[in-house]
Amino acid sequence: MAENNSLVRVEKLVKHFPITQGVIIQRQVGAVKAVDGISFDIKHGETLGLVGESGCGKSTTGRTILQLHEPTAGKVYYDGEDLTTMGESDLRRLRREMQIIFQDPYASLNPRMTIGDIIGEPLDIHKIGTAKERLERVQELLNLVRLNPFFIKRYPHEFSGGQRQRIGVARALALNPNFIVCDEPISALDVSVQAQVVNLLEELQEKFDLTYLFIAHDLSMVRHISDRIAVMYLGKLVELADKDELFYNKMHPYAIALLSAVPIPDPVKERQRKRIILEGDVPSPAKPPSGCRFHTRCPIAQDICKVEDPPFEEKTPGHWVACHFTKKAQEEML
Amino acid sequence: MAVADLELNSSITQQKERSLWQKSMDRLLRNKLAVISGIFIILMVLVAVFAKQLTPYTYAEQDLIANNAIPKWMLFIMPEGAENYANFSDKFPLAADHLGRDLLTRTIFGARVSLTIAFAGSLVSLLIGIVYGMISGYAGGRVDNLMMRVVDFLWAFPFLIVVILLQTYFKAIASRSGGEGMGGAFINLNNQMGGLLFLFIAIGLINWLGMARIARGQVLSYKQMEFVEAAHALGANDTRIMFKHLLPNILGPLIVAETMAIPGYIFTEAFLSFIGLGVNAPTPSWGIMIQEGVQALRSYPNQVLLPAIALSLTTLAFNFLGDGLRDAFDPRQIDK
Ligand SMILES: Nc1ncnc2c1ncn2[C@@H]1O[C@H](COP(=O)(O)OP(=O)(O)OP(=O)(O)O)[C@@H](O)[C@H]1O
Ligand code: SF4
Ligand SMILES: [Mg+2]
Repeated sequence: MAENNSLVRVEKLVKHFPITQGVIIQRQVGAVKAVDGISFDIKHGETLGLVGESGCGKSTTGRTILQLHEPTAGKVYYDGEDLTTMGESDLRRLRREMQIIFQDPYASLNPRMTIGDIIGEPLDIHKIGTAKERLERVQELLNLVRLNPFFIKRYPHEFSGGQRQRIGVARALALNPNFIVCDEPISALDVSVQAQVVNLLEELQEKFDLTYLFIAHDLSMVRHISDRIAVMYLGKLVELADKDELFYNKMHPYAIALLSAVPIPDPVKERQRKRIILEGDVPSPAKPPSGCRFHTRCPIAQDICKVEDPPFEEKTPGHWVACHFTKKAQEEML
Repeated sequence: MAVADLELNSSITQQKERSLWQKSMDRLLRNKLAVISGIFIILMVLVAVFAKQLTPYTYAEQDLIANNAIPKWMLFIMPEGAENYANFSDKFPLAADHLGRDLLTRTIFGARVSLTIAFAGSLVSLLIGIVYGMISGYAGGRVDNLMMRVVDFLWAFPFLIVVILLQTYFKAIASRSGGEGMGGAFINLNNQMGGLLFLFIAIGLINWLGMARIARGQVLSYKQMEFVEAAHALGANDTRIMFKHLLPNILGPLIVAETMAIPGYIFTEAFLSFIGLGVNAPTPSWGIMIQEGVQALRSYPNQVLLPAIALSLTTLAFNFLGDGLRDAFDPRQIDK
């Protein structure tokens, strides 16, 4: 799957959070397998959507790619360079090119810093420009995200959620990055504001040729903004395809169930839409089920699913799925 | 284009920018009890600083003829029949003690001791506590675990007893020799400070543990916040994250806890002085004054009353101020 035009390449990435016990001497008694061996690439200039239920490891994936969490195993290549083995100073240089926008517009801005200081911090950290140039850049960034540069001395608590999210976007843009992880950037916002922020992100992508990893819950929003979509379940990717391919030719039972919740614009088809409600809870990532992780909830699971983990394979060009019975899934569930 | 245009007319253009510190200050100033307490403490500080200018007497000056003297108006707080034995004198506005020293002067100078203990004790425990707690919380994992077990261990240690033993030992040495070498220099310095140095050390050592726990807990909760992660993502180093992002956010609760702890420091000093292990005579401390006064409690209750009132009012003021600060820094109040 390693194509030449990929900007970010993730190979067998693993992130386990150790669970420790003991008062004085701590022993590791297990691990939360938040991300458990996933591979994909993100092409230059595209938006890759990443969807899945809460707790399946989406945020951890985004953060591990950016080396905000140290990966337990696996590789992350940015523009051909391996981030996982890189030294501090090289990584710091590359941090200028990779940024992140967070879900919670309240927690993502330091409440004790002014907007000017928050947006100017990246310039300060990387010692870019004089004080005056930095100020001009901050004003330019505020204009870019459609906030009044007049607000430069204000504090985050004086802004609404949507405005704060735009401040977060301005901070992420300050160093002219190429790649941005958007970790549910709109989930915490009012519906009326969501479209504004998404449109802003799209506009900025066009203007600056940005590449996004767009993490979300809301499937219709992901469909709107993404070029390709990856579906994640309990630390693993289960399906990855172009967005239209995924919507019209979905193969994995989990993806089929997830997408069955998305309304279809065509009223005739909408009436025929079969909603599949999954039974049971998501198992704990500390003790994932054997074999195919989805077998405890899969409506078409067979015995083999309990023992053999289905490989993540390219079933048709560009369409990757991890399931033993894709045919059966399409026949019985659609 | 669906993106909103420049929000030039947004309501927030009309307001003045206010930091969270300013907002907390506004809330504090709206709390009457806290404001009165604050003013009282400021007055006490001024009295302590200008003690020499405020009174014509010195705290050690004796007028043996006027021992236990009281002014006439004070009769109403004296026991029945006091007019038959009392030594009346209007030289001392709030009476004199058994050595004929002016009680008001001694109370004023006593404020010096109590307030110095309050501020030095806070400073020492805050500094050690913040450094220790922040390192522990920020490092996390094994280091954190180890550092906090040390705190737990010390917490269970009966420090007051150790302080009493050490003070007894130091006092014994100090009374025997002028002191040589390092230890001697230390003891000399302590004597020059009227016995305060050892008190600072003792009180600081007892109280940094609580501050370290609070600092660590605060760091643990803030270091998971997304703005700290954002700083990491931007390439900020640990020093920057500690000083720019964590410290300003954790300071509020620490200041509140420290203000609430001050009455404890003042009481510890008073207690140690009361049992004769605090400041050296004739340095007046409220604790020593109460101890001296207690011996004549039946005949001259006024001698206990004055330092006791000063002690109570001061500790009450710090408590009220602490309460006010806690409400003012309460994060749930932030938007009010
Ligand atoms: N720092 C951490 N330490 C321990 N466990 C963690 C940590 N961060 C995440 N986890 C665990 O890893 C799993 C995946 O979490 P993650 O935040 O990646 O999920 P998510 O898909 O982003 O969910 P959501 O949609 O709720 O944001 C969860 O079980 C979570 O409890
Ligand atoms: S491998 Fe089996 S259990 Fe897993 S999704 Fe496919 S059919 Fe269901
Ligand atoms: Mg998440």
